[in-house]
Amino acid sequence: MTDTNMNIVSEPLHEHRSLWGDVWRQFRTHKGAVVGVAVFTFIVLVVVLGPFIHTIDPTFLDIRNKNLAPTLAHPMGTDNLGRDMLAQVMAGGQVSMLVGVTAMLLSLVLGAFIGVIAGYFKILDGVLMRLTDLFLALPILPLLLVIIMLFRDSLRSVFGPETGIFILIVFVIGITSWMQTARIVRGEVLALKEQEFIIAARSIGTRRHRIISRHILPNVLSPILVSATLGIANAIITESALSFLGLGFPSDFPTWGRLLFDGKDFMQLTPARVIWPGLAISLTVLSVNYIGDGLRDALDPRIRGR
Amino acid sequence: MLNYTIRRLLFAIPTLLVISFIIFVILDLAPNDPTGSLPLTIPAEVRAQIREALGLGQPFHIRYVKWLEQFFINEPLNIMEHWWGAPIGDSDSRLRVTSWMSRSPVVDLIVERMPQTLWVVGLSYLVGILIALPIGVISAYKQYSWFDQIGTFVSMVGFSVPTFFTGLLLIVVFSVNLGWLPSIYDTTLKVTDFSSFMAQLRQLAMPVMVLALFNAAQLSRFMRASMLDNLNQDYVRTARAKGMSEKVVLLVHVLRNSLIPVVTVIALGVPQIFGGAIITEQIFKVNGLGQLLILGIENADIPLVQTLTFIFAILIVFFNLIADVVYGMLDPRIRYD
Repeated sequence: MTDTNMNIVSEPLHEHRSLWGDVWRQFRTHKGAVVGVAVFTFIVLVVVLGPFIHTIDPTFLDIRNKNLAPTLAHPMGTDNLGRDMLAQVMAGGQVSMLVGVTAMLLSLVLGAFIGVIAGYFKILDGVLMRLTDLFLALPILPLLLVIIMLFRDSLRSVFGPETGIFILIVFVIGITSWMQTARIVRGEVLALKEQEFIIAARSIGTRRHRIISRHILPNVLSPILVSATLGIANAIITESALSFLGLGFPSDFPTWGRLLFDGKDFMQLTPARVIWPGLAISLTVLSVNYIGDGLRDALDPRIRGR
Repeated sequence: MLNYTIRRLLFAIPTLLVISFIIFVILDLAPNDPTGSLPLTIPAEVRAQIREALGLGQPFHIRYVKWLEQFFINEPLNIMEHWWGAPIGDSDSRLRVTSWMSRSPVVDLIVERMPQTLWVVGLSYLVGILIALPIGVISAYKQYSWFDQIGTFVSMVGFSVPTFFTGLLLIVVFSVNLGWLPSIYDTTLKVTDFSSFMAQLRQLAMPVMVLALFNAAQLSRFMRASMLDNLNQDYVRTARAKGMSEKVVLLVHVLRNSLIPVVTVIALGVPQIFGGAIITEQIFKVNGLGQLLILGIENADIPLVQTLTFIFAILIVFFNLIADVVYGMLDPRIRYD
């Protein structure tokens, strides 16, 4: 009895299409984005699971085997202190990715919050947008360098060398990259606010925070998602640039940018030390950018309809 | 338009003041000791005197106002004096923003370093524009052709691969393996004859190409998008219907209209380029402004860092203004008042 019922239910008369199903269908047609997802997943898997397979400690010094060319035991060779490069690239990837994701989340929350508030509350709009303009006019890279240089030591002494610099870098990247998100979200909210369903929600007495969380936020999700992907790419590049200038993580705590920075002086001897971390950064950023491109197309109802 | 420009200029002054204040506060809040890099044998009271001599004994607001005075009044007066060759007022006792690291006025250091940065950055931006415009035009005109596909991919790569990686890669290939180009920029090189001119070109080639590729990647996307917006407009059909040749339609009608937003993007990009040059200068050891900033940061030279960061901020505000004004002048549909 139950079985026959189940059969009847599971045979739909017409295919049910959900919004996210449509988005996914459109996303799949973007070849670059699909390849991007594959490459990004691959890099994440290698970085997260790789250390369980390739079990050499990235900080283990094996001074007899320094500056090795790639061998079976060391697939990417070793550095000038005999540390295994593959292990370092994987360990560095964990930090770089973590910095990218955390900084992106911070800037996203900040940007979405300021954007929604500025768009929804007219009184705050002027002030918040001037603030955004002000932040856009700040010379970001010099300022990042200065802040890290000046506050690094005191944070290190409070939180320990690794956590201190991690908090500092995530914080400064997050706090200097929310402006674009805020502008986009504000624009969307401004347009959304005047639509009938918001007026209807308000007329039945829905409270403000409910309107924002139930009606506004889900509708500005797509620009937020797109800026999230681009934010990861941006944060990874910024962190690598800071590390590359010698103002990021300490050298016994590898990130991709730091590995590049340390490797550049040994370029003639072991060019692999530059190429692998650089390739890792480039591939990650490239794949994330492609994913963002595909997402933008997939989330745009004007393109998705076609 | 003039009205608008003046209003924007007036609005730029408080913006810059706020930015200068932020920069000053950040540098001042920092738990950092400028005497920290001096030998440990210096006794504490001498250290205190050194700090006093560096002007650190004053309260915060006085130091800020003094710095403002030095930057906005004294230095411009000095520059004018230099141009006209005649002393203005009491020029010897006028306080200047002095670097703690080299004990010379910061502005002199900047003037020393400016030409190298302008050469590398300016040339790379120019090369980038020259590469990007034709690529953008062709990929928009032949949308979805193989040229467009490759162009999209290359610009995506150029946009994603950081300059510090492309730079190192070029050094590995062209300096280490092939030995064609020098990896270090030699500032003392004077162009006197053909061979020194070629040497100058060779040492410029890599830093310029690295930055140019990065700029071209972004600009060509904008150019393509802008061309695509215009290609489907009615006036293009009209021009074709009038029997104009495809060349005239594309290069006179569409290109000129498409360039309007691109010009503003170009103007907006100039200050970013100075920021990007910090990294490129570090890779190729060009002793320009970016390297000066890094040097100042490493030596905790606060006046130097303050002034340089603020100059970067001035560049951003100024080019934002230029972009808006130029856009208003080029596009008759934009009216600001």
